[in-house]
Amino acid sequence: MSVTLIGAAVVVFFVIRVVPGNPIAMMLPPGATEEDIARLTAHYGLDKTIFEQFWIWLAGVFHGDFGTSISLRQPVMPLVLGRLPATLELAIFALVIAVVIGGAMALTGVRHRETRTETAIDVANGVGLSIPDFLWALILIVLFGVLMPVFHISGRISPSLDLPFVTQFYVFESIARLRFDLWWDLLKHMFMPALALAIPLAAIISQLLKQSLKETMHLDYVTLSRTKGYSENHVILSEALPNAVLPTLTLIGVQFTFLIGGTVIIERLFSYEGLGNMAIDAVINRDLPLIQGIVIVFALLFTIINLVVDMTYALLNPRLRHA
Amino acid sequence: MSAFLTVNNLSAALHGFDQRVLRSVSFSIDTGEVLGLVGESGAGKSMIGKAILGILPSAISIIEGEILLDGQDLQKMKPADRRRFIGATAALIPQDPLTALNPSRRIEPQITNRLVDILGWSKANARVRALELLNEVHIDNPERVMGSYPHELSGGMRQRVLIASAFAANPKLVIADEPTTALDVTVQKQILRLIRELQERHSTAMVFVTHDLGVVSKVCQRLSVLYGGKIVENSSVPDFFAGPKHAYSRALLAATPKYTDPDASLLPVDEAVIEAVAAEVLASDKEWRHGG
Repeated sequence: MSVTLIGAAVVVFFVIRVVPGNPIAMMLPPGATEEDIARLTAHYGLDKTIFEQFWIWLAGVFHGDFGTSISLRQPVMPLVLGRLPATLELAIFALVIAVVIGGAMALTGVRHRETRTETAIDVANGVGLSIPDFLWALILIVLFGVLMPVFHISGRISPSLDLPFVTQFYVFESIARLRFDLWWDLLKHMFMPALALAIPLAAIISQLLKQSLKETMHLDYVTLSRTKGYSENHVILSEALPNAVLPTLTLIGVQFTFLIGGTVIIERLFSYEGLGNMAIDAVINRDLPLIQGIVIVFALLFTIINLVVDMTYALLNPRLRHA
Repeated sequence: MSAFLTVNNLSAALHGFDQRVLRSVSFSIDTGEVLGLVGESGAGKSMIGKAILGILPSAISIIEGEILLDGQDLQKMKPADRRRFIGATAALIPQDPLTALNPSRRIEPQITNRLVDILGWSKANARVRALELLNEVHIDNPERVMGSYPHELSGGMRQRVLIASAFAANPKLVIADEPTTALDVTVQKQILRLIRELQERHSTAMVFVTHDLGVVSKVCQRLSVLYGGKIVENSSVPDFFAGPKHAYSRALLAATPKYTDPDASLLPVDEAVIEAVAAEVLASDKEWRHGG
């Protein structure tokens, strides 16, 4: 885990310094003198060699100091951690939507296998998979933002509302405070970006889960439970599903990290105040410390997700429990 | 007394094909009686068991005939009622104990689930019954086995568990689908003895599907020989081993290995016999088409 993090840190640190573009030049107004540029460059330590810079940054990281954002002139970590909850809530909401839609489609497809219903589900999966999330975002904006304006197309919460929140986890906190008016407003903002992220994942889940369920339905223990007098629904849900869900679970883990990657562009499209939106600004401004901080947090998130998936897998599969 | 299970003129076919996979099969079994279904691979032995239990593959369906189980015509029941009725009346001992237990559930619910969910027993009673049955199938440490997962048990143990599970609800009919094929020879013998023991104790009617005539002679009272989904000979076991009437049956019997005389046994079935029996099956098809 720590190897992954250090690897990500090293790669990003050097790659963003190879990419052309000078943060100092972006900060200064036109007409700044050479002397101004040199002074500011020295202030941010950018006049040192790349290895010296890395060493200074790494030493800071081990003390919990991720540097100061060049464009926002604030410490990196509070900035990043302030935005992370918004992205997490969006990603989790998208994951829930994907699992619910994908799971329901897979179960329906298996219950009515080899009928037109299954064909319809296969077609829907194909459509869901072949359109990328950012295109879904635009389609949704046109449909539910412009033609039938039922959802908000921009921001995280309506700016006119008074916010009593002390944490950045607005959705969770609004539930905890029983402020369902705020919760509803947040949901109306989150729904479209979350759905755009969820549709491709839902299609993948639906397809894989349906396939493994169909294979499981032919196995002897499933047939045996049919002879015991169980209904087909019971056979699918309690005999086949617990076994068929395992490969899908691994896939969800991998795809969830892609989904979080997808939030970068989706947040931009919906002007959602999350980490991804901040990442794009950071890149545009060549804000090196901020980019590094964001990447480290994303990398940490991915390793945590993988760990959680492995642990869930072991929990559901008794053959791995004692291993 | 009328037979407990009667199969009358049962035919099944693949969807979209004219070819039947079961050809007007008829037989009946009384309570406490064991019928052997014998034939080579693909003769349709297992198919008959599956047709009775309502678990034919989705591509195959019954096209004519009737199955009377305990006086009820299965074909005339609603599918949901039929499933529950079969679940309460009959049980299957499957062929491969390694794949017939759900790998993600402990043994206990796999024995007791029919009792609790279908027959409405309390969990405590079902547990007592399961322990009793595991004793009956000579499992030394039933408590421990009940809490185990299938992968923690050997093949022989798993087949014992499956037999216990089959007899749990006191079924009046048990269909044993080659229950010893996947086991090694020493375990086979114990399992056979066990099935016979439980069948006698509970005086269960039983259909015993096998390709092994040696097993038939030990377990069954009567047998039916199948070829191409058609019964070519019905006979009592003593009569059959005294002298089968059909040429194909004679050839099958001659092909069975005998430990007393290994050189004179294990004869391959003569091609002329195969051709004759295949022709007979085709002739019956013609007759069936004109008749139907």
